[in-house]
Amino acid sequence: MGRIFLVFLSVFMLSFSAIAEGKSDKFDPGATAFHHIADANVFSIGPWSIPLPCILYSKDSGWSFFSSSKFGIVGHHGDGHKAVDGYVLNAGSVNRVRPGQGFPTGEVELFSEQAYDEAAEGGHAMHPFKHKEIEVKELNDDGVEETKMEEITYFNYNGKDYTLDAKSTADGGLFGGGITSYYDFSLTKNVVAMLITVFLLMWMFISIAKAYKTREGKAPKGLQNFIEPIFVFIQDEVAKPFLGHHWERFLPFLMSLFFFILGLNLFGQIPFFGNANVTGNISVTLVLALFTFFVVNLNGNRNYWGHLIAMPGVPKWVLIILTPVELVGVIIKPITLMLRLFANITAGHMVMVIFVGLIFVFGQSGANAPVSYGTAIGSILLTMFMMAIELLVAFIQAFVFTILTASYIGAATEEAHH
Amino acid sequence: MINNIIFLSGFEVIKPDFGLIFWTVVAFGIFWFIMSRMAFGPIRDALKKREYDIQTALDESKKARQDMEKMNAENAQILAEAREQRAKILQEAKDTKNSIIKEAKEAAKLEAQKIVNAAQGEIESQKNAAMAEVKASAGNLALEIAEKVIRKELKSNPEQQSFANALASEMKLN
Repeated sequence: MGRIFLVFLSVFMLSFSAIAEGKSDKFDPGATAFHHIADANVFSIGPWSIPLPCILYSKDSGWSFFSSSKFGIVGHHGDGHKAVDGYVLNAGSVNRVRPGQGFPTGEVELFSEQAYDEAAEGGHAMHPFKHKEIEVKELNDDGVEETKMEEITYFNYNGKDYTLDAKSTADGGLFGGGITSYYDFSLTKNVVAMLITVFLLMWMFISIAKAYKTREGKAPKGLQNFIEPIFVFIQDEVAKPFLGHHWERFLPFLMSLFFFILGLNLFGQIPFFGNANVTGNISVTLVLALFTFFVVNLNGNRNYWGHLIAMPGVPKWVLIILTPVELVGVIIKPITLMLRLFANITAGHMVMVIFVGLIFVFGQSGANAPVSYGTAIGSILLTMFMMAIELLVAFIQAFVFTILTASYIGAATEEAHH
Repeated sequence: MINNIIFLSGFEVIKPDFGLIFWTVVAFGIFWFIMSRMAFGPIRDALKKREYDIQTALDESKKARQDMEKMNAENAQILAEAREQRAKILQEAKDTKNSIIKEAKEAAKLEAQKIVNAAQGEIESQKNAAMAEVKASAGNLALEIAEKVIRKELKSNPEQQSFANALASEMKLN
């Protein structure tokens, strides 16, 4: 136990040494947490960054396929010292130099690896990609020109500042994203984590399914015996009570949801192995909620739609209020599913980062070594406690998503009973 | 502007990312498709079959036990009936024996009576015949004696003749 604790301690220190490196830099726990829970174009195992394939599309330069190792990753931040076809690697994520600034295409060295290493050794880590607020003039909805502040990321190359674009996101500008000059379809950390999890789950369950064939009529054994109680629990406590005699038809979907979410929740909790926050990314929960939405509404029977549009036994004038509420509910239900899973898992990941971040907050980013080590012990205990709770949350959230989906399908497929 | 109100510009995870959406659709779609056909479906069917088999086995064993109990009860009844039958047969045999013995006894008695009667009749008739014969012989003898006596007496003495006659008359057959 003591040895495990030491290993934890040392790898934690190693992983976050990146932050401690620049002693003069102010540690920003919020930004650090946001960075660690975000998706990335590198897969970090401990302090190392494993490059991943990049698949990028922009209207003006078309498709680009290359490995993120082409950026020449330096240090622990996941910054690349090269630009490729107008793309750069900023803190593990691909950004694109905003077109129209005259930035050269092809492979361009932004700064030398040597300069970066020298700066790190000198105690002043190089931050090639900086943030600043600029004034932007744009026309508002009424056609009046107004000035607003925009936070931009930029870098300096050959004495000139170049603004970076973040990848296009589907939030419509609501959360500071929106459609930019390029789209990122790369096999990111989250995608790789998802593919690994899917592959492991498939391998596991197909071998279990085979065991049911080869060991027919015998008691379950090994992995089969481990999974069977979970499977039977979902079958008997989720599928059968909510779906009635339809349970067999929807069981594979419910099982797929449960094990997909559980697998990803757990995969994200493996310490120092990517810590991919997959189910804590709204893109993933959005897709899962959409699957639920389509399964529910495509299987909705006459009774379900009847209740939605005109609830039987309700006076006509009440329907004016009730019907819109019911119809909004159809969309709200998957949205709550999406937000619940996203918020729970993201919160868990953030709490971990923040607990570890306490070391740098109280230890003044490594300047005060005794306080750093003292806080480290406390924060590691807290983190381990949180990890135990997150393990529970991983199961609970997978279960909650599944049981709610089952109840929605159950309501949509229920036969009329009067 | 709205992004100044919701200050989340660094909060990447809340911005739906086209690439991740695409890959999640692909990954979950494939996962759902393959797992339904190769894992969850077959496991569900196998579990259902096993549950059915176990239930059937339990029901069968219950039924077998009930059958066994029923058979045992039947056996006991048959045994009781057999015992009753045996007792009845034995009783009948006893009765038959007794009646046969009784009949035999009566028949024997009757026969014996018959034999006795016949013997008695025979004896009577034999006795009577013998008596008759004796009477006849005695008569003859007496006649002879009397003849002889008479012949002799008569020749000599009338007194003697009367004596002989007296004798002859005294000789009575008992």
